Amino acid sequence: MNASNFVEGVDFSLYLILGISVFFLVGITAVMVYFLFRYRKKNNPVATNISHNYTLEIVWTVIPTILVIVMFWYGWTGYRPMLTAPKGALEIDAIGQMWKWTFEYPNGKSSDSLIVPVDEPVKLNLTSRDVLHALYIPAFRIKQDVVPGDEKMMWFTAQKKGTYDILCAEYCGQLHSYMLSTIKVVDRSEYDAWLETVPDTSNEHPGLTLMKKNACLSCHTQDGTRLVGPSFKGVMGMKETVLINGKEQEIVVDRDYLIQSIKDPNAAIVKSYQGGLMTPYANVLSDEEINAIIDYIETLK
Amino acid sequence: MSETVVQQPSFFQVKKGLFSWIFTLDHKRIGILYLYSIGFFFLVAAGLGILMRLELLNPGRDFIEAQTYNQVFTLHGVIMIFLFIIPSVPAVFGNFFLPIMLGTDDVAFPRLNLFSWWLYILGALFALSTLVFGDGPADTGWTFYAPYSVKTGTNVTTSVLAAFILGFSSILTGLNFIVTIHRLRTPGMGFNQMPLFAWALYATSWIQLLATPVIGITLLMIVAERVFGIGLFDPSIGGDPILYQHLFWIYSHPAVYIMALPAMGIVSEIIPTFAQRTIFGYKAIAYSSMAIAFVGYFVWGHHMFTSGMSGPAAIVFSIMTFFVAIPTAVKVFNWVATLYKGSIDIQVPLLFALAFIFNFLIGGLTGLVLGALAADVHVHDTYFVVGHFHYVMFGGAGFAFFGALHYWFPKMWGRMYNKKVANTAFALLFIGFNTTYFPMLILGLKGMPRRYYDYLPEFHDLNMLSTFGSWILVTGIIVMVINLFAGGIKGKKASANPWNGITLEWQTASPPPLHNFDKMPELPAGGPYNYPNAKNASH
Repeated sequence: MNASNFVEGVDFSLYLILGISVFFLVGITAVMVYFLFRYRKKNNPVATNISHNYTLEIVWTVIPTILVIVMFWYGWTGYRPMLTAPKGALEIDAIGQMWKWTFEYPNGKSSDSLIVPVDEPVKLNLTSRDVLHALYIPAFRIKQDVVPGDEKMMWFTAQKKGTYDILCAEYCGQLHSYMLSTIKVVDRSEYDAWLETVPDTSNEHPGLTLMKKNACLSCHTQDGTRLVGPSFKGVMGMKETVLINGKEQEIVVDRDYLIQSIKDPNAAIVKSYQGGLMTPYANVLSDEEINAIIDYIETLK
Repeated sequence: MSETVVQQPSFFQVKKGLFSWIFTLDHKRIGILYLYSIGFFFLVAAGLGILMRLELLNPGRDFIEAQTYNQVFTLHGVIMIFLFIIPSVPAVFGNFFLPIMLGTDDVAFPRLNLFSWWLYILGALFALSTLVFGDGPADTGWTFYAPYSVKTGTNVTTSVLAAFILGFSSILTGLNFIVTIHRLRTPGMGFNQMPLFAWALYATSWIQLLATPVIGITLLMIVAERVFGIGLFDPSIGGDPILYQHLFWIYSHPAVYIMALPAMGIVSEIIPTFAQRTIFGYKAIAYSSMAIAFVGYFVWGHHMFTSGMSGPAAIVFSIMTFFVAIPTAVKVFNWVATLYKGSIDIQVPLLFALAFIFNFLIGGLTGLVLGALAADVHVHDTYFVVGHFHYVMFGGAGFAFFGALHYWFPKMWGRMYNKKVANTAFALLFIGFNTTYFPMLILGLKGMPRRYYDYLPEFHDLNMLSTFGSWILVTGIIVMVINLFAGGIKGKKASANPWNGITLEWQTASPPPLHNFDKMPELPAGGPYNYPNAKNASH
C-alpha cells in the first residue's frame, strides 16, 4: 500500500520518464563511443561527407514526438486529481510563517505537527503570514506553494499509518531548512481521541503558550542566545541602540517599545539586527494577548 | 603571377598598453577583455560553490552561519548566471569569432560593442559592491522571489540594479550580432552557408534582444517596491507575488536558451572539424536553433506548476516544454551521426564536445521529468532541480565553453597548450562534475529541498559524495587554467590551421591580424563543412 493516493500517479510518470531517459542516455552514449573508436583516423583514414538522410531524420523526429506526448499524458493524468479535493474532505488549516508550520483543526485545536486519520481525504487550506513557503510531504509526493494574501489548497488521502516528514520547499529566509514538521497518520478513533484532548497548559505562563503558537521562539530565544532577532532574556529595561528612520537612537526597552515591536516591528530595529524579516502582529494578536506575552517576557531575567 | 602576401602584425602587436585594450574597438580585443573578466567571475563564483559544498559536507553547522550560507548561494547564482553563463560564449567567442567566421573585419557597431563591455564592468561593480556595505549581499536566491526580496534587509536593491545593467549589456550584444549577421556576411555567403555557430548566435541574439527587457522592467519594479513602498508584488501592501514569478520567468526561461544555444553552436563546429567530414543535417541543426528560441518563449510556466496554477495553463506549459525537447533531440542525433564514417582525430576539444553531449543529455532528460506535471510536483524545488540545471548549464554550457577555449586557443594566441595536461584536466573535470552533481539528482528524488543550509540525516551520504566530487572538479579547473596560461605564455607556436578546419577562421593567421584577413577568404565549395578531402557519399 502506498503512503498516499498520489504516489502511484506521480511515481508512474516519474519512472516512465526516467526509464525512457536511461534507455536513450545509454543508447546514444554507446553509439557515440562506438563511432569514436570505429571511425578513428587510424581505422578510417578517409572520411565520407554525408550531408543528410531524410528518412532517418523524419524517423528521429517522429519517435521523440510520440514519446513526449506519452510522457505529457501520464504527467497530466497523475496531476489532474490533485487540482480538486473531493467533497466532504476533512478540512484543516495549515499556516506557514517564518519558520514554523501551524495546523488548525475544525474544532479550534491547533498543533505544530499534523495528525490525520488514515484512508480519509484530507484537504489543507494553506495560508502564509509573511513570505512564500511550500508545504512538501515527500512520502506523499505532494507539494503546494503557500502564498501570502491568497489561500491555496492541497489534498490527499493517507493510506498507510506512520509518521512522515513535512518540509518547506520554497526558500523563505534564514531558517528555511529548519522549517520542519511531521504528519502522523492514525486510525480514525485515535484521531478523534487526540482531537478532544486539550494539551495541558495550565502550568504554563499564558504568554509562553501564545509565543509558541505564534512562532515567536523561532527567532527569539529565552536563554540569551542570538538568533535572527534579539533574545528575550533580560530584555526588559535593557539599553539598546535602535534605528528609527535610518537614524540611530538610544532607548530603554519598556512595555511601549515591546508593544510597538510586536505591532510594527520595523519601526525601530535594534542595531546589528536585520530589518524587514518580522511580520507585523497588529492584526494577529489582541491587546490582551500582547500584554500577556510582555508579562511573560518580564519574567525572563 | 606570384601571390605574395605581406604578413601583417597580429591584433596583439598593433598597439600596446592598458588604454589600447580598455578603449579598443577591435572585436577580438573586446572578446579577450570579456574572457578575462568573465573568467575571473567564473573562478570567484566557483569558489563560492566550493564553500557551499564544504558547508554541506555534514548536517548542522560546519563552518558558516545560515545567513552567510544564504548569501553565498545567492551570490554564487547571481555571478554565475548574470556575470558568467549568460555573457560567456556570445561575449567571448561570439565577439572574437563571429566576424571572422563571416569573413568580415568587425561587428556592425564596434563602439556599441565596447560600450557593452563597459556596462558589463559597471554591472559587475554593482554586484560586488553589495559585499561591502549595509547587511551584505542579497539573501534571496538569484530568483529574487517576492515578497521575501521586498522584505529582507540585505542589499537586494543593488544586486537587482546590477542585473538590470548587465541586461543592457546583453541586449546590446544581441543587437550587434543580429545586424552583423544580416549585413556583414562575406560576398557569396547566404544564411544557409553560414557556420552553425553563427546560426546559434543568431537565434540567441533574438532572445537577448526581445526577452531581456522584461527582466529589466521586473527588476525595476522590485526597486520601486523596496525604495518607495509601491505595492506590486508584496501582498501586505497590495501586490501579487505570483505576478512576479510570471514576469521573472518570462525572461529567465528563455535566458536558459541564451546559455544553451551558443554552446550547441560550438559543439556543431567542433564535431565536423575533428571528424573531418561535413555536419549531418545542417539545416535541421540550424533551424532547430530557431525553433528552440521560439518555442522557448512559451514554456516559462513550468517553473510554477506548484504555485496553484490552473489546469489549462498547466497543460499548455507542460506540453510546450515537451515540444522544446524535440529540436533538442534532433540536434543530438545529428551530432552523433556526424561521427559516422568520419576520420576522427580524438583531441581535447572533441572530448569536451562529446562530454557536452553526455552531460547535456542528462540535463535534458531530467528536464523531461520536470516538465511532466505529476513528476514535477514531487521534485520541484528539490535538489533534483539543482542537479538538472547544473547538468544543463555547467555540464552543458560550461563544458562547451571549455571546449571552445581549447578549440580556438591556438587561433587566439598563436600558441598551443600542453595537450597531455589538457587531457588530464578534462578527465578531472568530467569525473569531478558527475560526482558532484549526479548525487544531487538522487537527493532530489529522495525529497531534499534546495537552498537548504542544513538537512535531515538520511541525506548525509550523498551530500558527502557530492562534496568529494567538488574537490575533484576544482582540481580539474585549476589544472586547466594553469595549463592554458602556461600555453599562452610559452606554448609551442601554433600554425594557422592546427586542426585542419575549413570554416573561415582557419584561413587567417594565428593570431589574426587587426583586420582579420590579409586576403579575401575563400568559401569552401558545397557548404561550410564540405571537407574537400572526404569522399562524397551518394544517398
